[in-house]
Amino acid sequence: MEWIQQLINGISLGSIYALIALGYTMVYGIIKLINFAHGDVFMVGSFIGFYSITVFGLGFFPALIISMAACALFGVIIERIAYKRLRNATRIAALITAIGVSLLIEYGVIYIRGAQPEAYPDIFSNKTFSILGAQISIQSVLILSVSIVLMILLQFIVHKTKTGKAMRAVSHDVEAAKLMGINVDNTISATFAIGSALAGAAGVIFGVYYTKIDPLMGVIPGLKAFVAAVLGGIGIIPGAMVGGLVLGVVETIVSALGFSLWRDAAAFIILILILIFRPSGIFGKNTREKV
Amino acid sequence: MKKSKQFWPFIIVAVLVYVVVQVLISTGMMNQFYSNTLILIAINIILAVSLHLVIGITGQFSIGHAGFLAVGAYISAIITMKLQLPFALAIIVGGVVAALAGLIVGIPSLRLKGDYLAIATLGFAEIIRIVFLNIDAVGGAAGMQVSHLTTWTYAFVCLVITIIVIVNFTNSRHGLAAISVRENEIASDAMGINTTYYKVIAFAIGSFFAGVAGALFSHNFYIIQPSQFGFLKSFDILIFVVLGGLGSLSGAVLSAILLTIVSTYLQGYPETRMIIYSLVLIIVMLYRPKGLMGTMEITDYFKLWRTPKGGGQHGK
Repeated sequence: MEWIQQLINGISLGSIYALIALGYTMVYGIIKLINFAHGDVFMVGSFIGFYSITVFGLGFFPALIISMAACALFGVIIERIAYKRLRNATRIAALITAIGVSLLIEYGVIYIRGAQPEAYPDIFSNKTFSILGAQISIQSVLILSVSIVLMILLQFIVHKTKTGKAMRAVSHDVEAAKLMGINVDNTISATFAIGSALAGAAGVIFGVYYTKIDPLMGVIPGLKAFVAAVLGGIGIIPGAMVGGLVLGVVETIVSALGFSLWRDAAAFIILILILIFRPSGIFGKNTREKV
Repeated sequence: MKKSKQFWPFIIVAVLVYVVVQVLISTGMMNQFYSNTLILIAINIILAVSLHLVIGITGQFSIGHAGFLAVGAYISAIITMKLQLPFALAIIVGGVVAALAGLIVGIPSLRLKGDYLAIATLGFAEIIRIVFLNIDAVGGAAGMQVSHLTTWTYAFVCLVITIIVIVNFTNSRHGLAAISVRENEIASDAMGINTTYYKVIAFAIGSFFAGVAGALFSHNFYIIQPSQFGFLKSFDILIFVVLGGLGSLSGAVLSAILLTIVSTYLQGYPETRMIIYSLVLIIVMLYRPKGLMGTMEITDYFKLWRTPKGGGQHGK
């Protein structure tokens, strides 16, 4: 029954990737920018959760909510300061700025608090129960349920609220949305806020699940979440969820087969294969380029 | 060709710089620290110029240049350390293998554009790094011992050859085709230019010189480890090109010199260095998205100065 165990580990990891990938995909869908700093928002969220638990003695859920709120604000600040001026800039300029912002956050955090890692406090007793012979910890059940609730909430926001409707309109056609009286700037900020809040939640969950956090922890999960977003079809919200889960399961399988050092390479090989053979992703539609 | 007039003055200046520095080193007037910094500057200029060809001239945004640096570094180290062959051969083989790696990476990924290409090159560079991490013959994560063979002569000769080749490529028909790909890929395709061919050629030449720089790099330090060739190294090279001006060779050279000196002095404060780098990158992109010199070359400024109203030949 080891395989069921691995599958559950993979789904837990995948749901973290999925939460980060959602932010990437939403931002890319709306302003066509790969927000490299997104992985670092995830890191900041993890640290905010850590400090709320250790310094203020809060429980898991208050820490999660504080972290999400703070990250939402952080994401909006990043967008307003760095990305807003770049709306009409070339894609390369926007990408370079995003890389710059990412490094600034990483090394800013190192400068403030040092590069040493922290160990997340053990909030949940490590109880396990067995289903079909697989040992499942309470943690992974909780992580999975929090991720699923957040994703359902996101679907609700995007499809049932006015903000969500505005977001879909802006991602479809910015000019037309403007003509319809949609405040494009606020909609973009709302997108950043929602995406960053999800990254913050992912940060806290990651901390609880893997216990070790450090200022450069966001780089690799950030890149992999981007791979997940591309895998599912960038700009498509269900695609990011599926992509994240697939990537998590594949990585866990690669590790379980005994190639754990090749785990990171697996994600990039998937990325390159998908970019070459189906650049629009699993759920994407092919669009033709116009002059 | 107008540019060929600059060839002999360039050679004379290069020989002068070389002789002066060599005399200073051999008479002992320049200590180890300064000569090492000069070698490092030469290596960084080679890297900057090779990436300039890919990003600045051909307009293909690659952020995986450290991968080819790693290929050159490891292959050349294997040739000198394991096979006991001469260093000059190691530099050439390192470059050739890196160029092959560039072809392998470039042919599939250069079909992509913009952001996707950037991420794909980043992914390939990571894969290259992970491959070296998993080969026990080159020491895995612990790294590989390399003897110190890089001298000022090797570094400077490689630098001069790199600049001559890349300037000649840029001014040739191939270079013009590459520039047209940068300006508008669809239009140049419509004019009958085989855009894929020129993108791959530019990428392979860029990778070749990155491999040469890798050979010099590995034999300048005493040990090479896969962790030296991560994303941050690619970023270091990228900032040379971006700061100097996307499309300006002299800009890339100047910013490589400047930033190498700055980072040598900030060696004790790595966080401060990265904060300064990232702030510079953000501010330059926000206020001068084409880089400090844009597509201008330093010689264009002389022309502008002489004929204030004329405008350089790169005038926009």
